[in-house]
Amino acid sequence: MMLEVALSHPLGALRLDLRFAAPPGVTALFGPSGAGKTSVINAVAGLLRPETGRIACAGEVLLDTARGLCLPPEARRVGYVFQDARLFPHLDVRANLTYGARFAPRGATGPGFDQIVALLGLEALLARRPAALSGGEKARVAIGRALLSKPRILLLDEPLAALDAPRRAEILPFLERLGEAGLPVLYVSHSAAEVARLAQTVLIMAEGRARAIGPTAEVFADPGLAGLFGADQAGAVLPARVAETAPDGLTRLETEAGPLFIADLAAPPGTEVRLRIHASDVMIARTRPEQISALNILPGVIERIEAEPGGRAWAQIRLGQSAILARLTQRSVAALGLAPGVACHAILKSVVLARDELSLRA
Amino acid sequence: MGLTPEELTALLLSLKVGAVAVVCALPPGVAVALWLARGRGPLRGAVNLLVHLPLILPPVVTGYFLLLAFGRKGPVGAFLEETFGLVFAFRWTGAALAAGVMGFPLMVRAIRLAIEAVDPRLEEAARTLGARPLAVFATVTLPLIAPGVIAGAILAFAKAMGEFGATITFVSNIPGQTQTLPSAIYTALQVPGPEASAAAARLALISVAVATGALLASEFIARRVAARIRGA
Repeated sequence: MMLEVALSHPLGALRLDLRFAAPPGVTALFGPSGAGKTSVINAVAGLLRPETGRIACAGEVLLDTARGLCLPPEARRVGYVFQDARLFPHLDVRANLTYGARFAPRGATGPGFDQIVALLGLEALLARRPAALSGGEKARVAIGRALLSKPRILLLDEPLAALDAPRRAEILPFLERLGEAGLPVLYVSHSAAEVARLAQTVLIMAEGRARAIGPTAEVFADPGLAGLFGADQAGAVLPARVAETAPDGLTRLETEAGPLFIADLAAPPGTEVRLRIHASDVMIARTRPEQISALNILPGVIERIEAEPGGRAWAQIRLGQSAILARLTQRSVAALGLAPGVACHAILKSVVLARDELSLRA
Repeated sequence: MGLTPEELTALLLSLKVGAVAVVCALPPGVAVALWLARGRGPLRGAVNLLVHLPLILPPVVTGYFLLLAFGRKGPVGAFLEETFGLVFAFRWTGAALAAGVMGFPLMVRAIRLAIEAVDPRLEEAARTLGARPLAVFATVTLPLIAPGVIAGAILAFAKAMGEFGATITFVSNIPGQTQTLPSAIYTALQVPGPEASAAAARLALISVAVATGALLASEFIARRVAARIRGA
């Protein structure tokens, strides 16, 4: 199920003008405020009618201005989780959850009520009114309500933005499972950590346009895009599998870049995790350093270097089948003679789980 | 405080006229309020003025216009009598029409304010969940504006109970047919003597009691509904 979007519409002083195709799984729309992210999902939902555009989901056309076709929101079968939840204040949680189901077409498939209630932990809330819910509870009900309308596409507009760190930690596991359901999910976010944790595909937006789209690991490892994530957020996303935990508490992880060691990871062998390697935590050495405290040192090859105004640079290092980013100065680039094709060693000062990064940094 | 049969008739007629006026005015009242709150276009200002006219015109003038339009020889009155056998002139139905028209602006104002307080983003949410506009109105908008609708209905009812000028102009003051409470009070005041002034006082007291009761009831219901909607 592919979601194809092409839009052109005025956006304040700018113009929303982009075209992309989102594969199944979570596609993050990432970019600064005012980039037009919410306008894109409003157009997909039918709440915004663009001047020109075409939107199709799994072959069915939702919008085609060239043919004068624009399905109303109620005919599009999107599940929209609004940033401000928008629960119906006059209905209790149960009635909010079941609101959409009665409008779904007969043949529509989707998760059942009991399944969603159990998944989102809503049993104790069913008889309550939205006014009596906390922010995190409201967000969970909003997600459940959208899923129970049996949608073909799920749209999430910064569902975590209004929440504090503990509430985020409470909801993230549910969002992680959404992509596994097989329906396309558009996830609007301006948090690199959220995107790194949840998305399979990343669409980077700036000033109404798509700057880049691709698999999460590729986009996060692109030195030309690193500046868009910000100096302290840029860095690679690396899928990994837990291999074994040594008696001293250190866990070995298998990755496409090679084996990595991480402390404090309580997970059985075989567990799949996502690692974040921040560019500012990566040092580069031409020869393998000795007598150094860093545990994770991997041999690699410089693939690309992007200079930045102000004397800094981003270096992309190929490690086995994957790549990571390092942030360094242009002076170091010159001093070490770094250039594409040069062999080097990447010293990873710190490797964190994408999961932990998000709940810690919130 | 014993009521004479005539006075009792006037009271019951007033209640009937007020109730029928409110029930018949509610659907168009909600529709017009919705259109005034959400609609666009040049016609909106004109309709707004038309709706509010009975509030600012002398009631006698409103009654006169009603007579012109809905009298047996009036264009609307003649049509309704021919097609549906519905006669307004000098009937209690005419009193209800006059009361409804006079109460309409109050009702529309209250409902319009309630509609303007509804967050349209909730209605958008309902549409993304698959509800067509009519279903959105029935399941989201209407429950949310219920307190305003109730307040508007009670206001219009109180106005209908007190309406005098347009009623007496349009349908006269026929005991048992079009003589409502205010008309009965007026008639009693025309007659000299202690008995008649006692009757006027009795009827006036009843008017005060009915109006107060209506107001208290509306406060009570509106508060209950608002609390239920807020989820308290």
